[in-house]
Amino acid sequence: MMTLNIAFVSKLLIIPIFFGIFVSLFALFAVYAERKISARVQNRIGPNRVGPYGLLQTIADILKLIQKEAPYPFGSDKIFFNLAPILSFAASFVIFSVLPFNYYLCGLDLNLGLIFIIAIGGFNVISILFAGWSSNNKYSLLGSMRSASQMISYEIPIALIFAAVFIAFNSLNTIDITKAQENYFFNWNIFGGDNHLLKRILIIPFSAISVIILFIAFLAEANRTPFDIPEAESELVAGFHTEYSGIKFSFFFLAEYSNMFIAAALISIIFLGGFSSPFGYIGSLLNSNFIINIEQFFWFTIKSLSIVFLQMMVRWTLPRLRADQLMNLCWKYLIPYSLVAVFYALIISYI
Amino acid sequence: MMNEAYNLEYKSLKKEGDSEIMILNMGPQHPSTHGVLRLELKVNGEIIEEVIPHIGYLHRCFEKHAEACNYQQVIPYVDRMDYLSSMYNDFGYAIAVEKLLGIEIPERVEYIRIIMGEFQRIASHLVAIGTFGLDVGSFTPFLYCFRDREKILTLFEKTCGARLLYNYIWPGGVSHDLYPEFKNDALNFLKEFKRNLKDLEILLVENKIFIERTAGIGVLSENIAINYAASGPMIRGSGIPYDIRKIEPYGIYDRFEFNIPVGEGIMGKKGDCWDRFYVRYLEILESIKIIEQALDSLPDGNVFEKLPKKIKPKKGIVYSRVESPRGELGFFIISDGSDKPFRIKVRAPSFVNLSILPEIAKGCFIADLVAILGSIDIVLGEVDR
Repeated sequence: MMTLNIAFVSKLLIIPIFFGIFVSLFALFAVYAERKISARVQNRIGPNRVGPYGLLQTIADILKLIQKEAPYPFGSDKIFFNLAPILSFAASFVIFSVLPFNYYLCGLDLNLGLIFIIAIGGFNVISILFAGWSSNNKYSLLGSMRSASQMISYEIPIALIFAAVFIAFNSLNTIDITKAQENYFFNWNIFGGDNHLLKRILIIPFSAISVIILFIAFLAEANRTPFDIPEAESELVAGFHTEYSGIKFSFFFLAEYSNMFIAAALISIIFLGGFSSPFGYIGSLLNSNFIINIEQFFWFTIKSLSIVFLQMMVRWTLPRLRADQLMNLCWKYLIPYSLVAVFYALIISYI
Repeated sequence: MMNEAYNLEYKSLKKEGDSEIMILNMGPQHPSTHGVLRLELKVNGEIIEEVIPHIGYLHRCFEKHAEACNYQQVIPYVDRMDYLSSMYNDFGYAIAVEKLLGIEIPERVEYIRIIMGEFQRIASHLVAIGTFGLDVGSFTPFLYCFRDREKILTLFEKTCGARLLYNYIWPGGVSHDLYPEFKNDALNFLKEFKRNLKDLEILLVENKIFIERTAGIGVLSENIAINYAASGPMIRGSGIPYDIRKIEPYGIYDRFEFNIPVGEGIMGKKGDCWDRFYVRYLEILESIKIIEQALDSLPDGNVFEKLPKKIKPKKGIVYSRVESPRGELGFFIISDGSDKPFRIKVRAPSFVNLSILPEIAKGCFIADLVAILGSIDIVLGEVDR
């Protein structure tokens, strides 16, 4: 009993601290990477002044943001104005608890993992509405209204795909989904999962469609270009966070980047085998669990980061859609196709 | 008082069972009003009921200033009107003054003016296309355009020492002759530039999202275009081949072969934002053609030989117009026989084109308004002067 408690308490302490450090390090890295990648795409140099290769640029930026005054816009609702960035970041941070980085570094072994993610993700809409409404600014209001309609619409294809995933792979638990794809890369769901040949062939098109739908829908959920309509710079100045500055703004920023990582991580968990290694483990040769854990952590981050990279490349290539075109895309294409995916998953589950 | 008038207007806009009309102030410090333009929008949700442009934030009294300067001293002011095509403003002004003086200019100067003018047109259209891409949310083509524009500016800098406000084309000549390697540099640039245009084609011209955003938006019909005296890519986008280089050739434009691209409504309706954008894109290609022809037959000679020391025209009135990148740029000069112009009036294409905005932006979304404004391609320096 005692030992169990110690394990539980240590997990309770270590995991939030780990995720806290991981999220902030990831945001630091991702902001720098985004700026460097965009610079490379656009024939520029990018940050190169602070530290070697400009590596410390983000830290300098954050220091600047932290020491800024936090003014309230005239006529704003102070409580909600303060609550919005916290809620926004908290919502995305809580989702990290169901992302398995390896066997040990997983906050919750939750059987309803994917549904939990949808439920918590819904808080993002509330925080953006809070931000838009409390700022007492017409641009913010327009931005938050756009955002609410966008996020609510795009939750539907995500939920449908999660349902299809549940039917096809028999689990909503992120760890179980990962475990089912263990061993080698041809056991990943995108290559048909750990199944016999016929089922593999049937699963591959399902996975392909689902990955594409999920990728698009997650881009929209995270308000990234081409779906960055809520904060469309050339139309709404900065959308719902027009009036925010300093540390509160940085919370929105942090939330955006952690949402990007969550989207990438979910795609890699469901379809790319999560933390499982594509080639087997060095640690199993050495008979060391610790090394296996490190390898798993490594593979999980690499897979997720490569999808984050893809998201960044999309951002710097495409123009922005208009709000009504965005809705068209969701209701006319993504939702019907994800319904098809659900029925297809039903067929798969009977074979 | 002001508030009461506002409230009255506000009530009159509201209809029974209508949702509320919101007044949204766009600019003067808005990222996509291309300078300091203020648009007063009356929006119903996201749909625009009315647009009222408020101009004058960049008014610098050019026309009054010009009355106090002698003819040569006006040129730097002319530079600052349409700061994205200073070379062409100089060109227009020089032609007007020469018409007033009635002087012939050396052959080489004519060629240099055409070459510089067309390079300026490319540079200006690159900014127009780039910022238009930026307005619909595509950041990368903007920087690609600026990369190529920089090279043109470097050519200008090597020729006359300035990158933006050149003071290069003077009545009777140009301030500096071309530097010896100019022809080589220019041809090298054009070769590279043609290759770079392919990127632009992939990123914007053929991009599905870009077409969705711009085709069929802000349709300017032929009638409205003519009634509002639109000019430049604005009227050509509506399918009317109105180009002063062709219909009333000035300089030596009649010696070169080039086409006037007009909008055909390939992607949406004729006269939409995409047509205006595509006309600009094709005009770049035509300008390249003109430059290549001009570089081919560039004669030798002294560019300073006809340059007058003091300009003192006879009493008279002159109006001359040129096709600047933004449209018909007219100079109306009255001379009273002294060395200072009695009056200079400029017909600024941006100003005239901007006046169409309320007409074509009615009933569109806020996002479309930004695209329409971008496709009109205004320069506030020229609108306000």
